[in-house]
Amino acid sequence: MTDPNSGATKPTLKTLPGDDVRQILWRYADRYDLQMVQQAARSVARGIVARLVADGARHTHEWTPEKQKLLEAMDEAGLTAVAIDPEHGGYIPGPKNLALALVAFELSWVDAGAATATLAGNLALAPIHERGTPEQVARYMGGAVPAGPGEDRRTLRGAFALTEPIPFVGVDTNTMAGRVRVAEWKDGEEPMLHVDKRGRFITNAAFANFACAAVASDDARIKGSCMVILEDTDEGVWDPGSPTLKLVHQLSATNDPIYSLKVPASRIIGGYTIQDGVIVPNYSHSEVIEAVFRRTRVTVGLMTAAKLLSAVEPIIRYHRQRFRGGQPQPGSSRYELGIQQREDALHRLIDVWATGEAAASLGFYTARLFDEFDPLEREKDRLLQERGIKGARAQMKAFAAVKDAALEFIRLEHLPEQKRDSARYEELKADSLVQFAVKDALSQVFCPATKLWNTGVGANTMREAVSLMGGYGITEDCPGFLGQKWMDAQLEATYEGPEAVQRRQLTVTMVNELFLAQFRHWIRQMRQIASRKPGTGACTLATAMELWLWTIEFLQSAQDAHGETLYHGQRQGVAFPMADALSWLLASRQQILDVLELEDKGGHNPLLADGLEGTVAFLTDLCHVMAARASGEVGRITAELVYGYQRHPSWDGDCDSCFKASELEAVASLVPGFDSSPLEVIQDDGGHADKAGPCVRFPGMERFRALRLKLDGCLTGCRLAKDRAAEALTQVMIPEALDYPR
Amino acid sequence: MSNGYHIVVCGSLVPDPLQTLEPVMAPDGPGLKNEAMLPSVLDPWAAHALYEAAHLAKRVPDSKVWLASLGPKPKLQQLMMAVAQKAPFEFVAIDGSASGFADSFETAQALAKAIQSIPGLDRDRMLLFGGCSSASRDAGTTLSMVGALLGVEDQFLAVDEIEPDADGGFRVKERVEGAQYLVSRCAGAPAVLAWATGNLPEPPNNPQIGMANMRGILPALAKAPSVGALRGGLRFESVETPSQRRETRVVKDAGVEEIARELAEWIRG
Repeated sequence: MTDPNSGATKPTLKTLPGDDVRQILWRYADRYDLQMVQQAARSVARGIVARLVADGARHTHEWTPEKQKLLEAMDEAGLTAVAIDPEHGGYIPGPKNLALALVAFELSWVDAGAATATLAGNLALAPIHERGTPEQVARYMGGAVPAGPGEDRRTLRGAFALTEPIPFVGVDTNTMAGRVRVAEWKDGEEPMLHVDKRGRFITNAAFANFACAAVASDDARIKGSCMVILEDTDEGVWDPGSPTLKLVHQLSATNDPIYSLKVPASRIIGGYTIQDGVIVPNYSHSEVIEAVFRRTRVTVGLMTAAKLLSAVEPIIRYHRQRFRGGQPQPGSSRYELGIQQREDALHRLIDVWATGEAAASLGFYTARLFDEFDPLEREKDRLLQERGIKGARAQMKAFAAVKDAALEFIRLEHLPEQKRDSARYEELKADSLVQFAVKDALSQVFCPATKLWNTGVGANTMREAVSLMGGYGITEDCPGFLGQKWMDAQLEATYEGPEAVQRRQLTVTMVNELFLAQFRHWIRQMRQIASRKPGTGACTLATAMELWLWTIEFLQSAQDAHGETLYHGQRQGVAFPMADALSWLLASRQQILDVLELEDKGGHNPLLADGLEGTVAFLTDLCHVMAARASGEVGRITAELVYGYQRHPSWDGDCDSCFKASELEAVASLVPGFDSSPLEVIQDDGGHADKAGPCVRFPGMERFRALRLKLDGCLTGCRLAKDRAAEALTQVMIPEALDYPR
Repeated sequence: MSNGYHIVVCGSLVPDPLQTLEPVMAPDGPGLKNEAMLPSVLDPWAAHALYEAAHLAKRVPDSKVWLASLGPKPKLQQLMMAVAQKAPFEFVAIDGSASGFADSFETAQALAKAIQSIPGLDRDRMLLFGGCSSASRDAGTTLSMVGALLGVEDQFLAVDEIEPDADGGFRVKERVEGAQYLVSRCAGAPAVLAWATGNLPEPPNNPQIGMANMRGILPALAKAPSVGALRGGLRFESVETPSQRRETRVVKDAGVEEIARELAEWIRG
């Protein structure tokens, strides 16, 4: 058993964690295809992307020939084809969420605008990939692969056209101005449609040659809404529009396009049927979008995580070199450590680093979760189709029937092997619908949590990172482009669904019984981890998780002082902070699990043998720091919600436990010493102690109070961990220079 | 009979030159501080040789490229995630020390032995490529010795260009003093070409090429013979960082004119 508080000198971080460490932490050590994709993305990021930023390419909103070279570099490096299945010219078989996450992470390490350019291309293809007809998939996925030598065709580059000029559609509203109507419908021929769509903030619109546009019917002969594929060669107006004057992500081409085009009905994504003379799209625009965003939001979260981790090296270098002016001698503390002599600078950088680690752990876990989820979802679609189950209501009914089995599976999965009914467990494990339900409950929480926490908390933490560079931080030549990254993070918190949208989704999904059942097991899991590895902060986190769980259960049945229900979709003052609190917990938990994975598997890599113990010790301390931070947030939020909606007791008739001074005197004469107890006393003239009212004593909240008290105690040691991690910062070896220009 | 070349590129890893490279004395000899944990790159001179080899193989039909690398197996594997994406080649791995403090003759012997055992290699058509120098402790002697051990007498050092003829011969430009080139004509393979920088830019990483290469790389790593520390009779009394401090500035993709202008300004003071 290790003693995390021991004062003995322990191995600590020798070098910044390299690829060997990351591959184990984020679980792609055995995926050579992904490692190569990552290297390819890195060469683009730290080559042409960094050069463009350093040369001031971000100073213009226009899509310039220099920026266009980015696309060519991405094509050459194979990044454009990462999202494409091998049968259409891609080269990574199976789900690609983790692959795309790694690409976004690497590009964002330098500039998230460049990452957004690839992301937007994938976003344009995603509706077709998820819901397109086989013909649409073949044409657009195949066409998006860069033309090879000798191939006479242009590469298809897409834009995802959803948002419209204010006050129309954003990512979460159905108030849509884009319209589709029948232009021509000759007997026995395919209908021709006319699509009018004005876009706002459409990435890739400057150079795209096709767009997937969300539109609503403007014609009784078309039902509802749909997404339609438009091409620049279609008859009508294809106007890429003017560049959006955004302050961030200037290496992506964002425009406000205008499309007014005639297209065949076969361009409706997912196809259509004709019922009683009406064109009925197989998927509404919102059904398509839902399938798309639940995946692509994860990569956005990882973009902010990359920024935080990329800030560590330049900040350490800046701090160490800061006081070398004047006459300090090499070898002196002032020369070697510079600002690192100051505890505050070290502690704040530890906060930045810990947040970055947690964000990356959360994001990469979610990407891997979707890699597991994708085939389950396809199998679910197949099974439901086979059983003739169509429509949202019928599906909900079908899954209500699966819920008990899913809960049983969760229970069995968390039992020791020797204690569970293995035949039943295997049966449920092989049931695709059960597995879908279990994973769906997770993905519906982890996707919004990643987007919400990584970008929201990440953007705030990037401000800290910038501040650690002093005035240099907000200059264009700040190493690591930290100022630009801070600004960029705000866009990541906004696009593909701003924070409120993620919180709203969590409001619904985090109270799903299937999620909560798994969450309960995780509390026990954290305790078990804490028992064998006490320095991780897992015990602290487990208590915070219990507190969150108690609170969410309480809030769902409790009422406020006015008798109003506390937890429901419209009461965002209650539900949204709980969503925030949960996200902190999930991020911290994933961070702990990743470090345990490193400790477990790192020993198999001889390259890590020399520094593994120190690296694990340092990352463990970061876990502890983050667990304490997360627990603090949970404690604050839950206390505000549990107590904050109750009326404070007043001195006027609201004090069950108050004694009148004369009564107290009478009792004290019978029970000597009674009047020395800490009681609430009201004088006979109505006077009372100087405070707002009698102290709060809400019956039924004893468990909450006990947990709060316990949580405070559980913070023991977290600052010692921070001190150790801070000390490590002063010793870790860093490269002599950043490996990309500035 | 085919006229294509069988190009064997000798090249291995060195610690990323941007890292802090601090020599230290360990009980088993000198090394770099935290060497095992430092990220590695393909030795830049060897990298030029590899790009030139791939380029030459593309131009001359029936040519083939091998990359022979001597280094710690796990590090080689990691290195290949990037290098394998640069050009098509067959990999020959030798598990041993790539330290800058290894004995260059023993290194040459290990390489020569591995090259001799490459199946299908026609040594009459062989061009032995490598770097004329190295980013590790630079003796600049290894490639010549490999050539000598393999009986290759035509050796060209500090090569910047090779121009094949139709008859199997080639013209070589070598750097000599005073920014001059020595131009030679060689009747044909076998020959040793130790490359300076060549003229080719670094190819972009292409995962598709990488994955094709990887089919051979993993088996090659699995069966890599182990040659140990390659210290031979070498003894180092002490090791230390050169006294002149490096002032590193990273500039990627800078044009020749830009570099020249900066150098001129620096010389003028």
